[in-house]
Amino acid sequence: MKPLLSVKHLTMQFGGLRAVQDFNLELQVGELVGLIGPNGAGKTTVFNMLTGVYEPSEGTIELEREGQTEVISGLPPHKITRKGLARTFQNIRLFKSMTVWENVAVARHFTVPYNLAQGIFRLPPFRKVEEDVRREIQDLLAIFKIDHKADWRAANLPYGEQRKLEIVRAMASRPSVLLLDEPAAGMNPQETLQLMDLIRFVKDEYKLTVLLIEHDMNLVMGICERLLVLDYGRTIAQGLPAEIRSNPVVIKAYLGEDAVHA
Amino acid sequence: MRIFKNLSLLGGLGIGLFVILWALISTNVIDDYSLQILCMAGLNIMVGLSLNLISGYTGQLALGHAGFLAIGAYSTGILLIAHVPLPLAIFSGALITAAFGFLIGFPALRLRGDYLAIVTLGVGEIVRVLIINLGDLTGGASGLRNIPGFAQNIMVNNPAAFLWIFPAMFLSVALVANLIQSSHGRTLISIREDEVASQAMGVNIFGMKLMSFTVSAFIAGLAGALYAPFIGYLAPGGFDFLRSVFFVIVVVLGGMGSLTGTVLSGLGLTFLQEALRSNAKAWGTAVTGLFGGGNAINLDPMSQVLFGLILVLLMIFRPEGLLGTKELRLTQMFRRGAR
Amino acid sequence: MELFTQIVQQFINGLSLGGIYALIALGYTMVYGIVKLINFAHGDILMVGAYISYFVLTTFGFNPWSLAAAFLLAVVGSVLLGVSIEATCYRPLRNSPRINALITAIGVSIFLENLPRVFPFIGSDYRNLAVPAFFDNITFGDITIIPIKLITLVVTLVLMGLLILVVDYSKSGKAMRAVSYDMGASALMGISVNRTVSFTFALGSALAGAGGVLYILNFPQLDTYMGIMPGLKAFVAAVLGGIGSIPGAMVGGLILGLAETFTTGFISSDLTGAVVFGILILILMFKPSGIMGVHTKEKV
Repeated sequence: MKPLLSVKHLTMQFGGLRAVQDFNLELQVGELVGLIGPNGAGKTTVFNMLTGVYEPSEGTIELEREGQTEVISGLPPHKITRKGLARTFQNIRLFKSMTVWENVAVARHFTVPYNLAQGIFRLPPFRKVEEDVRREIQDLLAIFKIDHKADWRAANLPYGEQRKLEIVRAMASRPSVLLLDEPAAGMNPQETLQLMDLIRFVKDEYKLTVLLIEHDMNLVMGICERLLVLDYGRTIAQGLPAEIRSNPVVIKAYLGEDAVHA
Repeated sequence: MRIFKNLSLLGGLGIGLFVILWALISTNVIDDYSLQILCMAGLNIMVGLSLNLISGYTGQLALGHAGFLAIGAYSTGILLIAHVPLPLAIFSGALITAAFGFLIGFPALRLRGDYLAIVTLGVGEIVRVLIINLGDLTGGASGLRNIPGFAQNIMVNNPAAFLWIFPAMFLSVALVANLIQSSHGRTLISIREDEVASQAMGVNIFGMKLMSFTVSAFIAGLAGALYAPFIGYLAPGGFDFLRSVFFVIVVVLGGMGSLTGTVLSGLGLTFLQEALRSNAKAWGTAVTGLFGGGNAINLDPMSQVLFGLILVLLMIFRPEGLLGTKELRLTQMFRRGAR
Repeated sequence: MELFTQIVQQFINGLSLGGIYALIALGYTMVYGIVKLINFAHGDILMVGAYISYFVLTTFGFNPWSLAAAFLLAVVGSVLLGVSIEATCYRPLRNSPRINALITAIGVSIFLENLPRVFPFIGSDYRNLAVPAFFDNITFGDITIIPIKLITLVVTLVLMGLLILVVDYSKSGKAMRAVSYDMGASALMGISVNRTVSFTFALGSALAGAGGVLYILNFPQLDTYMGIMPGLKAFVAAVLGGIGSIPGAMVGGLILGLAETFTTGFISSDLTGAVVFGILILILMFKPSGIMGVHTKEKV
């Protein structure tokens, strides 16, 4: 079956530095894949290329959409999001002075069925659409258990809920592929377990395909069906979690030569 | 439902205020001089609102809005002298300015923060220089004179101007408020907050910035268009960088992100500037007297000195201005400053 | 031959003017490099330096001693002013959004330009400095070189050379470069960021003050707004050369000086302001990193 996302020979060159070299990935619909590797390996750079923040120096990215194969490499970020690829950020990038529900509403903007004039002059679809959107977002927030804080300023949420909000916001753009960049960063073990359930639930309920970057091995081993390992921009291993765990090349990359013989 | 109720409340407030002011004007409680300053305040508020839209809400600092004021004023002035009917001339002036806003914004808004600010400053200056050098069209450095006013009789030009300016100002407030409280408005704020994240959520940030800039130019142009028949005479010196900075102060003092703030500070600063201007000589002589006479202390630059000081003190001690992002709450009408 | 002599003369004039612009541009570029601020008030430091030297020279006349004194006092005064502005107005905003600092700088500039006009001994009128000719004009065949232009050029080159020595070889200079590169890391390495930033402002202001003296020796008309145009042009020069790059500021300044001299010499000087801004807009549109600048990507 044709993969949902096809990434071929993706390379990123910053002047003299080759941050990512010949990255390849095929995501099938419904998969939950993990991208791991030591710090600085280029994982976020891969995300940035997939979402259009960086234009790849080489390689192509293709997305299956409504039966068509679309090339999305080279498109600007907002167009890629509209094609169905959404992401969260390693360092939380919420709209701090906006409320929780407003943060989510921004991601719904490009699907909102009224135009600028109708908005300014409050013409017909406006009121109904605003109410519908508000209700929809409220329901979505309820699933993530932050609906009671819908009118809070995003900056005032506790850290764990801010991370959740980032995920909700990304989902509101109705993606087919969800990219999560270190969703468990800064979470304690209990929060991480809840997050794992949340990710699994979201994937099944909304029929998403998920690619995530993580350092927390419990989460990675716990929910990822498949792993890719990056080191210094190169893919050094691919496979099932159990295989990767005992792969000496991977161990060496993370822990150094001596750990391999431990 | 709630929005509908609130809008009629706002409309009611507007009409009420208008009736009260008109009564005061007709009975000369507000004399002609004060009326003139009031009208000027109305125009300054409009430009302040337009600047708040692009700089306060969308986060793109623009330092050349006097240029938009000039384009609107001169366009309408020239049209009025050419006997174009008043409503058409005014609307055209605003529209022409909006078109310029679009053309300028198209290349300029690709720049980030500081550089955009400097470029808009540059555009403001270029507009002023062009006005001086296109003398045949604009009257050059000596200005454009004898622009037909709102009324045939000069004696009642100010009340006539008020009849145009107040509704225009009010509609500008409504326009910006409505825009901010729509989905499009939310995207503007998201651009201010975090451009990268905004883009990642599917927002076409360049398109939105351009829209905001164009609407901003329209409103500033409208203010300029009303300015021409109001004052009757235009000179390029009145549309310089210091003028643009005045509008920045209005917005910063009121709070970048508060419409109520802009209205209040626009009102206050207009009156303050006029007070300083008209009293400069008297106060100058008085202060010189304190120091035993001799060469006169010149207080003409007082408003500039004060404004410079205000800017610095504001930024250091209260960058959010007087009202920050809070609004006057009329039954929950504006929802900024949430918990 | 006529054209050739014109060109050579204007070349010298252009380099001389460009040297002054380079001095000011260096201030902009160093401050931008270290605190990422476009110091709007920098051009006004030139004005202050000019006025200080004006008062010295009108009081003591023109002789080698008074010239030296004027120079020294102008530089010292400029340094004191620049460093105090930084400490009172910019330092509190070091961690604020950059827009705030930019607005503050505008406020400082307006304040500096207008406050002196209140005082009767400065006022709003133009003043003229009667600069005597120090030497006779130098002639090479048909080519006439005005001595002050040559002197200005030499002085600016010397000052630029001194700057390079300080920046590349002194401890403070190294600290400056470190803080420009990474403020946080520098602090962790034991560098006093506050002291280094003050030092940067001091250097920039010194050059601007010196530039102010040279400026009125060449163009002897003063008023409190005199720093605006040269300041703007120097800023454009800094951007042209690559904002943040010291060699870039020097190159940009010289190029701008030449460009201005040649256009004024052969076209008209009416539209200079608009032309300068136009150049700036073009640079920012097509090559924002300037001739020698480095383009950095934001980390996502």
